[in-house]
Amino acid sequence: MALKIVKGSIDRMFDKNLQDLVRGIRNHKEDEAKYISTCIDEIKQELKQDNIAVKANAVCKLTYLQMLGYDVSWAAFNIVEVMSSSKFTYKRIGYLAASQCFHENTDVIMLTTNQIRKDLSSPNQYDTGVALTGLSCFVTPDLARDLANDIMTLMSHTKPYIRKKAVLIMYKVFLKYPESLRPAFPRLKEKLEDPDPGVQSAAVNVICELARRNPKNYLSLAPLFFKLMTSSTNNWVLIKIIKLFGALTPLEPRLGKKLIEPLTNLIHSTSAMSLLYECVNTVIAVLISLSSGMPNHSASIQLCVQKLRILIEDSDQNLKYLGLLAMSKILKTHPKSVQSHKDLILQCLDDKDESIRLRALDLLYGMVSKKNLMEIVKKLMIHVDKAEGTTYRDELLTKIIDICSQSNYQYITNFEWYISILVELTRLEGTRHGHLIASQMLDVAIRVKAIRVFAVAQMATLLDNAHLLTGNMQRNGICEVLYAAAWICGEFSEHLENPVQTLEAMLRPKVATLPGHIQAVYVQNAAKLFATILKNQEGNTDSTAAQETSQMMIDRLPLFVQSANLEVQERASCILQLVKYIQKLQQKDVEVAEEVSALFAGELNPVAPKAQKKVPVPEGLDLDAWINEPPSESESEDEQPKAIFTKEEPKHSRPRHTEVDEKELARRREARKQEQANNPFYIKASPSSQKVYQEAPGVEHIPVVQIDLSVPLKVPGLPMSDQYVKLEEERRQKERAEKKKKEKKKRKEKRSGRGKKHDSGPESEEDITPAHVVDIVTEEMPENALPSDDDDKDPNDPHKALDIDLDKPLADSEKLPVRSHRAAGAPKSSAEDGEAENATPQEPKKKSSKEKRDKKKDKERDRKRSKEEKKKKKHKHEEKEEDLLGGQAEEPVVQSEEMKEVEAQPTSTSAEVSDLDFWLSNAPVPSNTQEAATVAEAAPAPEAPAGTAADSEPEEPKDTETEESSSKHKKKKQKKEKEEKEKKKKKKHHHHHHHSDGGGEESVQNGTVEEEEPLPPMSNYCLLAENSYIKMMMEDADQVCDIQGNLQDGSQVVVSVIFENKSDSFLKSMEFNVLDSLNSKLQRPEGSGPHDGLTVPFQLPPGVSNEARFVFTVQSIVMPQKLKGTLTFIVKNEDSSTHEKLDFKLHFTCTSYLITTPCYSDAFAKLLESGDLKSSSVRLEGVNMPFHHLLARICFHHHFSVVERIDSCASMYSRSIQGHHVCLLVKTSGQTVSIDAKCDEPTLLGNVLDEIKQTFSQC
Amino acid sequence: MIKAILIFNNHGKPRLIRFYQYFAEDMQQQIIRETFHLVSKRDDNVCNFLEGGSLIGGSDYKLIYRHYATLYFVFCVDSSESELGILDLIQVFVETLDKCFENVCELDLIFHMDKVHYILQEVVMGGMVLETNMNEIVAQVEVQNRMEKSELCNQN
Repeated sequence: MALKIVKGSIDRMFDKNLQDLVRGIRNHKEDEAKYISTCIDEIKQELKQDNIAVKANAVCKLTYLQMLGYDVSWAAFNIVEVMSSSKFTYKRIGYLAASQCFHENTDVIMLTTNQIRKDLSSPNQYDTGVALTGLSCFVTPDLARDLANDIMTLMSHTKPYIRKKAVLIMYKVFLKYPESLRPAFPRLKEKLEDPDPGVQSAAVNVICELARRNPKNYLSLAPLFFKLMTSSTNNWVLIKIIKLFGALTPLEPRLGKKLIEPLTNLIHSTSAMSLLYECVNTVIAVLISLSSGMPNHSASIQLCVQKLRILIEDSDQNLKYLGLLAMSKILKTHPKSVQSHKDLILQCLDDKDESIRLRALDLLYGMVSKKNLMEIVKKLMIHVDKAEGTTYRDELLTKIIDICSQSNYQYITNFEWYISILVELTRLEGTRHGHLIASQMLDVAIRVKAIRVFAVAQMATLLDNAHLLTGNMQRNGICEVLYAAAWICGEFSEHLENPVQTLEAMLRPKVATLPGHIQAVYVQNAAKLFATILKNQEGNTDSTAAQETSQMMIDRLPLFVQSANLEVQERASCILQLVKYIQKLQQKDVEVAEEVSALFAGELNPVAPKAQKKVPVPEGLDLDAWINEPPSESESEDEQPKAIFTKEEPKHSRPRHTEVDEKELARRREARKQEQANNPFYIKASPSSQKVYQEAPGVEHIPVVQIDLSVPLKVPGLPMSDQYVKLEEERRQKERAEKKKKEKKKRKEKRSGRGKKHDSGPESEEDITPAHVVDIVTEEMPENALPSDDDDKDPNDPHKALDIDLDKPLADSEKLPVRSHRAAGAPKSSAEDGEAENATPQEPKKKSSKEKRDKKKDKERDRKRSKEEKKKKKHKHEEKEEDLLGGQAEEPVVQSEEMKEVEAQPTSTSAEVSDLDFWLSNAPVPSNTQEAATVAEAAPAPEAPAGTAADSEPEEPKDTETEESSSKHKKKKQKKEKEEKEKKKKKKHHHHHHHSDGGGEESVQNGTVEEEEPLPPMSNYCLLAENSYIKMMMEDADQVCDIQGNLQDGSQVVVSVIFENKSDSFLKSMEFNVLDSLNSKLQRPEGSGPHDGLTVPFQLPPGVSNEARFVFTVQSIVMPQKLKGTLTFIVKNEDSSTHEKLDFKLHFTCTSYLITTPCYSDAFAKLLESGDLKSSSVRLEGVNMPFHHLLARICFHHHFSVVERIDSCASMYSRSIQGHHVCLLVKTSGQTVSIDAKCDEPTLLGNVLDEIKQTFSQC
Repeated sequence: MIKAILIFNNHGKPRLIRFYQYFAEDMQQQIIRETFHLVSKRDDNVCNFLEGGSLIGGSDYKLIYRHYATLYFVFCVDSSESELGILDLIQVFVETLDKCFENVCELDLIFHMDKVHYILQEVVMGGMVLETNMNEIVAQVEVQNRMEKSELCNQN
């Protein structure tokens, strides 16, 4: 052994370590890849050795190679080996490697669960720390589920170093395993007030991350955060909290009002720029949320803007950047306050820093007005010319278009200028945004009718100079504009100055090098152009010109007919044939122009982008309904067509071969015309379409106004937008002069308020009238379009699953999976263990978050229902409670205690809600001590009955907390009281579970899922016993073991008990013991006496709960029975430890011996026919619940399964662990339920029926 | 959340990479290249924030970086992090490195990538800021280094 170690270390002396590897790589610069591949071979050898030090060294080197881009996943198993080393040094190397290269699909991760768990509970805090750090990088849903409980325990670790890591990693656990959020949240919340600032900061961090995605669920924490904000001095924490408030304020404007003052104070007082900046940001968010009608906050806006100006003017580029960033947020709601800083922002456009220029660009969007648009765009155009990198230039380009086109071209006064800007932009080489320019050109040309003449002229020039654009076609997105140019020239060809020249340009051979879709547009529009030319030329006496044009088409088109692009080819050959035919007619001197242009007549109106989506479904049309009966599957293929088409028109199936008679054709044509006339989307062939368009509802048609003659229409060569700026300037001046004249006249007549504007400045917004009243055609929408605007959230967002209501009290079923699902009493059952462990972790997985949501809904509906019946229920409930307290033996006392406990939870949350209201409505923050004082006074009264119950110990802190809330709830409004009542009602379910305990694990909804009405939540855990130290919850008769145990000698019952430590002390050495009866015995390990207790296989730190399982053997199962037991344990405080004891009773009902077993109806019928079964029946009166609830209850509490259900009648089946068949026939009419039952064991049947009766008598 | 932390030198050679979201190795290298390309062409007197890394993140993410002598320290963060806060954090991290390595230089990072990782693990965990107090970080790192030393001594 010693020799081996020595040998290992000698080996290591010859091995390369990380430093050697790095050095080696640096020395082999020219053949690095080759060197590394030899190194990897060495590493592979090293990994094969037994020595862990060698392995760790190898893994360390792999981590380095991973950084260089080498895939090292092949060594995943070796990494796991190194992770599991007992030495910290190696463990750390292993975890580092794992965190660098493991991910969700790494399969060896499955193997790590137990190792990580071991490390998490290691006595060495650094082992734990390393494991947590590693886990944070590669946690999978499985790991999260299996380890959630362990990590949660670590949140209360003694060392803050571990606590803060455990708190942080919980966020990752929540993401991967959303079910853990609710159980873990209370403790996370506690950590907000952890004495250690690091832990506090971590908790704030996690909650902020959670709240950022689903802010509404965290609104109730606002008071707590507010307290932290006013008390904390840690800037990190402050920043996080302030950011969080920024996310919360939009949901609760009152919160914003409360925040303004402390935030303003912080802004004035803090010296930390980061904090100042975040404060300003949140104030902005507050102001946005308050934006309507809060005049007195203008001071705050001023403060923000002023501070931001200071930031922007700062020489530190970072502050400048952030200042601009924040400014853009203000811009949205308070554009005026930002606009006054236009100078500053324009200055930033010239900044050398691209990030800053981009931010300034964003702001420009809100800065423009009719007055300065041209000036700003001119500046941007200069930047475009100067911009070196394409990204920034592209950004500039889109910004220019954004700015100009915003709110329906609101700020554009001169569209000629805009068109020329667009044309200038086409000179950009290598831009990606050709299509953007193209769509702008199309949009403007179509929607601004007055500009068409000018646009067509410009586009014709563009087409003529196409060679300038298409220099390097392949990677040049700009050629997209030719698409627009060709279309505009074709569509509005009547405005063309020289159509023949344009046609010639469109049919140049070079066009064939353009992308296919552009060529297609070229060909189509060449045809349109051709039609126009024919029309023009036919009027002339000389017909040769027209024939020449046709000849040109015929000469040039074949080039496109050969195109590889199908669309181009098809269009070209169609048009070619058409032109050939036209030529033939021309030679015969037939007038064709009219017919040819009719091909392209009619106007295209712009259609709103969402129009298609918003077409309403006509009344009476069900899109999901079958038009004809769907073909049944048994039918053969051949028969199907007949089934699909109706008999009246069998010929429809083969329309090509049918000869429909003339009358029919005429009729159809008429019908089609009629339809088309009513269809707003159909392009009509007649010029009268204009009229129809005018009549369309909601679309105002503005008459086209003549273009101002001061602007020359024809600009030779490519346009210079600057010309237009000058012209526009002149025009405006002229206008102003005219206005002044008018004004003077007016002033003479009357001195009105209008004059004011002129005094304030040289020219104000409203005074600039556009050069031509712009006829912006509104986009068409279908009649009675649906107004809905649906924006879908990303369904893959992991945070969606975390949208969980955290204020709702925890249900019993909401427990983190506990690791030791082990039957403590059955040492032999290792196989069972496996089964149990397999079964339990899977279960929460099945319970998807969706199901959970359903459950939530259920509860709500349940709540509503119960509100209606509130009064009745209330009475009933009170009666019951009295009964329980007075009448029955010791058990109910314990129950009432439990009820208190459960009651306290909802109360505390509603208290919280009202707290928030209270806190928001009142200006001063209520101090906690005051609250506590009032609580202490109120406390004794409600606690009095509980005092008589099981414990006479002094109250633990947790109890006082519940009292606090219960006393507070008295103050509550009526509404809340109502809620409480339902909660009480819900508790009653709890309560009767005790009598009818047992059931199929925690899976709440049993197999019988009903569509009608959701089921109320049910749980099988019931309180066993409780004192101030510990609470035991029991789930009885778990069948897990019997599933695989053979039913023939099935005589085992497993009891799961949850132990919860309610005290502040550590509980250890717990022993569980039960007095055996003749019939039932606790299974004890071999060699122990019949009266020895079983050691509970865990210890409980404060506030922790865990679950243990105990196996009992039973002889006869026909009778219910009770077993007395005790739990002994040691309570360990810092200074003392005491022995404590808790008595309890286990109640084994007959139903706990039943196992849910599915049964098919035919088997069921056979069973009933066999005649072996004895029958019995029972009637239940006054059962006031839907039938499916009733069934679900029987299924859930009594382990039955529904065989068949017909209306208000159902057959059910179950089987005992000893193989007795139990069959039920349940019928309901009104409030009476009759159950006829059959079983081969009459005593068992009787008892089961009694228990069922009891279940329902308690509803 | 911090999505990634990259340290590379003036030539784009990675010195430490730490992704808090899974990317395959070739993607990681591509991200490093892209980030280097974006960062390296910026002057030293421009701001430390950068948008537009297309491979990593999206509109919600920013690159926040600092340039020290021959090394770039780049953090890719989303909008829940304070920009100036992260800049401070980078400073804290570098100062911690300086303390732990005594006048840190690129060579330290080259030869002791693992140690740099261990230090980083005390600052950022799973993409969230764990500790910002330099003394606390240094103390924890030193305790762990001592543990390592004693373990290795025992062995030899």
